[in-house]
Amino acid sequence: MLRFLARRLLGALVITVLISAITFFLFFALPAEPALMSCGKNCTPDAVALINKNLGLDQPVPVQYWHYMAGIVAGRDFTVGHCPAPCFGYSFSNQQPVWGTIVDRFPTTLSIALGGAAVFLVVGTGLGLLAAAFRGTWIDKLFSSLSLVGNALQIYFVGVVALAVLVSGLHWMDNPAYHPITEDPVKWFTGMLIPWLVLSIIFIANYSRMTRSLMIEQLAEDHVRTARAKGMGRRTVFFRYAFRGALAPVVTLFGIDLGSLFGGAIITEFTFSLHGLGRLAVSSVSETDLPTLMGVMLVGCTAIVVANIVVDATYALIDPRVRLA
Amino acid sequence: MDDAFLSVRDLHVRFRTEDGTVHAVDGLSFDVPRGRTLGIVGESGSGKSATGLAVLGLHDPRTTTVTGSVRLGGQEITGAPEPVLEKLRGNTVAMVFQDSLTALSPYHTVGHQIAEPFRKHTGASRREARQRAVDMLGKVGIPHPALRVDDYPHQFSGGMRQRAMIAMALVCDPQLLIADEPTTALDVTVQAQILDLLKDLQQQTGTAIVLITHDLGVVARTADDVLVMYAGRAAERGTVRDVLRTPRHPYTWGLLGSMPRLWTPVDQPLTPVPGAPPSLLTPPPGCPFHPRCAHTERVGGDRCRTERPELPPGRGAACHLGEERTR
Repeated sequence: MLRFLARRLLGALVITVLISAITFFLFFALPAEPALMSCGKNCTPDAVALINKNLGLDQPVPVQYWHYMAGIVAGRDFTVGHCPAPCFGYSFSNQQPVWGTIVDRFPTTLSIALGGAAVFLVVGTGLGLLAAAFRGTWIDKLFSSLSLVGNALQIYFVGVVALAVLVSGLHWMDNPAYHPITEDPVKWFTGMLIPWLVLSIIFIANYSRMTRSLMIEQLAEDHVRTARAKGMGRRTVFFRYAFRGALAPVVTLFGIDLGSLFGGAIITEFTFSLHGLGRLAVSSVSETDLPTLMGVMLVGCTAIVVANIVVDATYALIDPRVRLA
Repeated sequence: MDDAFLSVRDLHVRFRTEDGTVHAVDGLSFDVPRGRTLGIVGESGSGKSATGLAVLGLHDPRTTTVTGSVRLGGQEITGAPEPVLEKLRGNTVAMVFQDSLTALSPYHTVGHQIAEPFRKHTGASRREARQRAVDMLGKVGIPHPALRVDDYPHQFSGGMRQRAMIAMALVCDPQLLIADEPTTALDVTVQAQILDLLKDLQQQTGTAIVLITHDLGVVARTADDVLVMYAGRAAERGTVRDVLRTPRHPYTWGLLGSMPRLWTPVDQPLTPVPGAPPSLLTPPPGCPFHPRCAHTERVGGDRCRTERPELPPGRGAACHLGEERTR
């Protein structure tokens, strides 16, 4: 297991560095004059030259990349002062360190994504298990029809409806808002509840249908029949044998869905006017705030890569045959 | 037979499929006394596996109806409620399946899978059950059982997996073991080892064994009695010696004729049974074997096509051919 993790971490490091290189060269090598974007309206050639010098943009791109990466690891000294590690540079639009803004915004997106994932994994597989256990009954049929509806829904639609009904109509809840979990876990939970439900609803449909068909497949497996032949009870057979086998593909699907999960989290942020990484990314695009955009990209990529390792490790825990591979 | 541990009377197994009802087992009766081995022989689809599953009550009631009587030491199995069956399965009656790779769970250690039914049926502690699993692995001939007990099935070879499955089946000292093609997935030398192992264990414990196979060679090596099945019905029954030496049913003649023998020339072609097994959706009327039988003329008239031959109790064959049953 340790070797498995070590290998995967090494691979993840390589991938992250590759992604950083590609995005860096795309962002900093392609546009003619990054300094112009930072300079503002009343720009003189002297000012541009000064900015170029201050930001190190007068150096060759590979050297700039080296300084950028070194800055992330060890911090970086600009003429305007020291930027402590991890240094992603300063925002072109508000001149603040990019890292500070990211640290400020990241927990919101992470809360939405993790909470939403927890909700759809639990509810989605739960409904799938119920449907499989009551295969062919009205429960199964009801869930199948509902999941077709759920599949057709979109976050921005469900989000607005949820706000209209739960917040404005019935006054059951307040407007979604982010409170750090470290300050007030209850407020964090209630503030995130609507975003979680809305984000999870499109995934629940898929996960319940997938779990249902996987369970039906697993329940027909030879080893499940063997477990019954040993005299194991219904529940033991259902959960310890069949569900264990259905779990591995669900985890695989979850790994594939990580990207759309983050995408969904970003759409959810917008729907509920929460200030997360997605909002930051979009505003930095519209303001051509390259350092911020670059930072958001890197942090987002790293988050997905790390999440993938967690998924793979989980997979190895579920299916012992993976450990050798 | 009063001392029969397993007693099956007029067993019918019907599967509902999209095309109609498949009558997989059609009025089967047999007995297995303690300490003896009954070999059930037949082609694929002859109903032999469906019979084995019916003895454990393992058929899915949503798609399958089982009627007739299956008695285990006097206790009726068919129609018994699930909790009663759960207490019997793995405890009084256990089953060994064909493909040990798919029949063992890939997600649990071999030791866990052996210990689990022991804990359930005897109420043993975790530690006792684990020790029992080690002992059982040793008993079935796994070297270094204490080291292998925490391995997963994929870390075992095919023969060792089959041994482990036998250990799992025998962990609660069942009085009846149903072995469904236990050696079919193994190569010939391992096959012989596994069959010898089953025999040895039977001699130690006095377990009754039902050995389901398509291989008459396996029956000849291991079984005491044999039941030849065709199209869900018993075609012939007797001791292994009688059935193999003086087979009475044309289908048994065909089976024996289709087997390679050491004493026949290598280039002599085998004689297969002509035709194919009948569809159990629409079984032929009369004797199910008549479309493939070369001897219907000797019976005379339409008897084979219209009248169902009955299997007499004890040694005998379900065939209209009279006393002059010769090939």
